[in-house]
Amino acid sequence: MTDLTDTRAEVRSARTSARKAGRTGAALAPYLQAAPMALVFLIFFVLPLAATIAVSFWQYTQYSIEPAFTAQNYGDVFYGCLANLPSLCTTFLTYISTLKFCLIVWATTLTIGFTIAYFLAFHVRTLKVQVICFLLCTIPFWTSIVIRMISWIPLLGRNGLVNQTLMGMGVIDSPLEGLLYSDFAVILALTHLYTLFMVVPIFNSLMRIDRSLIEAARDAGASDLQTLRHVIVPLAKPGILIGSIFVVTVVMGDFLTIGIMGGQQIASVGKVIQTQMQFLQFPLAAANAVILLAAVLAAVWALLRLVDIRKEL
Amino acid sequence: MTKMTTTRRSVLRGAAALAGTAAFPAPFVHAQERVTLRYLSTAVNQSPAIAEKASEDLGIDIEYIAVNTDEVPRRVITQPNSFDLVDSEYFSLPNLVPSGNMKGMDASRIERIDQLASVIAEGTVEGEKVGWDGTAPHEVLYLEGQDATSFASSPTEWITLIPTTYNADTLGIRPDLIDKEITSWASLLDPDFAGKTSILNIPSIGIMDAAMALEARGDITYGDKGNMTREEIDATIAALIEAKRAGQFRAFWSNFQESVNLMASGEVVIQSMWSPAVTAVRTQGIPCVYQPLQEGYRAWASGFGLPRTIEGRKEDAAYEFINWFLSGWAGAHLSKQGYYPAVLDTAREYMEPYEWAYWYEGEAAEQDIMAPDGRLLEEAGAKRDGGSYWERMGSVACWNAVMDENQYMVRKWNEFIAA
Repeated sequence: MTDLTDTRAEVRSARTSARKAGRTGAALAPYLQAAPMALVFLIFFVLPLAATIAVSFWQYTQYSIEPAFTAQNYGDVFYGCLANLPSLCTTFLTYISTLKFCLIVWATTLTIGFTIAYFLAFHVRTLKVQVICFLLCTIPFWTSIVIRMISWIPLLGRNGLVNQTLMGMGVIDSPLEGLLYSDFAVILALTHLYTLFMVVPIFNSLMRIDRSLIEAARDAGASDLQTLRHVIVPLAKPGILIGSIFVVTVVMGDFLTIGIMGGQQIASVGKVIQTQMQFLQFPLAAANAVILLAAVLAAVWALLRLVDIRKEL
Repeated sequence: MTKMTTTRRSVLRGAAALAGTAAFPAPFVHAQERVTLRYLSTAVNQSPAIAEKASEDLGIDIEYIAVNTDEVPRRVITQPNSFDLVDSEYFSLPNLVPSGNMKGMDASRIERIDQLASVIAEGTVEGEKVGWDGTAPHEVLYLEGQDATSFASSPTEWITLIPTTYNADTLGIRPDLIDKEITSWASLLDPDFAGKTSILNIPSIGIMDAAMALEARGDITYGDKGNMTREEIDATIAALIEAKRAGQFRAFWSNFQESVNLMASGEVVIQSMWSPAVTAVRTQGIPCVYQPLQEGYRAWASGFGLPRTIEGRKEDAAYEFINWFLSGWAGAHLSKQGYYPAVLDTAREYMEPYEWAYWYEGEAAEQDIMAPDGRLLEEAGAKRDGGSYWERMGSVACWNAVMDENQYMVRKWNEFIAA
């Protein structure tokens, strides 16, 4: 008897430990599955970011950077920002200019992007045509961003296609100078480059709207505009938000488009960083990058406050 | 272009050669291996023809590492073991030498050291002193010792950079779109050309273009345009902001091609330019003149330097290549693109008399002038803008520079862009 109970107990305990081992294995699995991505993030995102933050506190000369812990670089970024009020310092002016582009480009890409997505989702009837139209939208992405941007130059220039056409039609007597190397050119190019970032997520949201909701709205006597405002737009919010995050973050950090289309005469935070790198002022550039990152994160945080994205998805 | 990195095979071959020397310690066994020199510079200075010819003449392979103007000093400072030979601008030297990453070159190993152009070696042309504002090459040409981190005030045995190319920059204009005579840098700020001018987007050079214009207009008299005081920087930037607000500038250009496009498209009718860029506009059939101005030129010079880490056969090969570079073929090749070489006499030997007359003596071309690649540059009868070598280099007013107040200048430049 005793032998038997012992054996049973042994079997039971063996089973429990086996189950325990199995459970630890099962508990480990998701971590292992997430490990490759986590590793990639660690090496290519967390480490460089940590290095940037560390270097932003270092000291530098024209030819060297030295480990240190000084807030001097941050002081330099905001040089004259408080002392010279009410006139604005370079950093504030630069951020205001960047924010201005952000707002305008956000508005234009949202308007155009929503319209395109709406058309694709509600007016194109078959899935096949929808897919074809959608692929058509992505064709510009087959060439590089720089080429898409530079191709505006011969169009908008003083002797460009637009000016020649307008003058040929007798609409204007002398060429419009403001078409190229101006705020207008920057906004046009940014809108052209980033509208698709709005179209894709909004289209996705619109496709998920239950069509019976729209029918119900119509049955309840809502006009098209009322349906749009009270049914479609609220349901498209997650898409609008995701698109907005894309556009805002990209425009905040942009310096190539603003540089080329603005004739290098319009300030952007990226350009300030580039100029500082040019002169080997790495710690100062790093401090600027950290502040830019904080500004972008703040913008994303503000956007997320508007829509509870987890709930909506 | 030659290969970009050391291949696995060359490493293996090197290892085999080493093993060979260990097994049979004969003195010349390893000397058969070809040496590859990694040549760091901007793409403009990297002619495939020169690499090919050097490989043929010397048995040394040249592996070009092409980066942009800013990246050259950055690479020297941050990755000094990633190249064997650097072709850097002289104005970067006040940053490069104190970093301790450069190795002084032994003057006794440079065969034609006494024949270097006087404008580089002494800052003179035919005995006459040229303008020394900015980082004049002769001021940063010598080191106190091979490992010194400061410059010598008088000639020594240790050289920082052996010149490769240099030139004198001025304003390029579109004579078909300008109905005035342009004689002064002040025209850059002439309200008649509002919205049709451009300057360089490299702050340290752009500010000197502006200084040339402001001094010409009589606004500011500079102590040294290439090494401004804070007050001078403030005044210059204030004037630039005023001009920008009045819409004087169409755009700033950052690279060769941008300057060509601005000019060729007619967006800009007057701007600071590089000589080969003017040629590039002209080869498109668009009139463009490299206008000599009464205040003189803003000059630049570039040269070969060695990294601190170079030694042994690589170092020998580097000296061999530099000596070959000064022996004429390369100098002639560069001259036919409008640059000037370190040693004039040897370059002359490799040029036709009519080519020499056109490029150096300011004479009208007896025959059509061809580029080294066979393209037509100028038809017979044309003259080089600015005249002879001695007229052009003799009229240098200042040199590209990095200022002592560099950090302050960069801050103020960003202020100008944001204004």
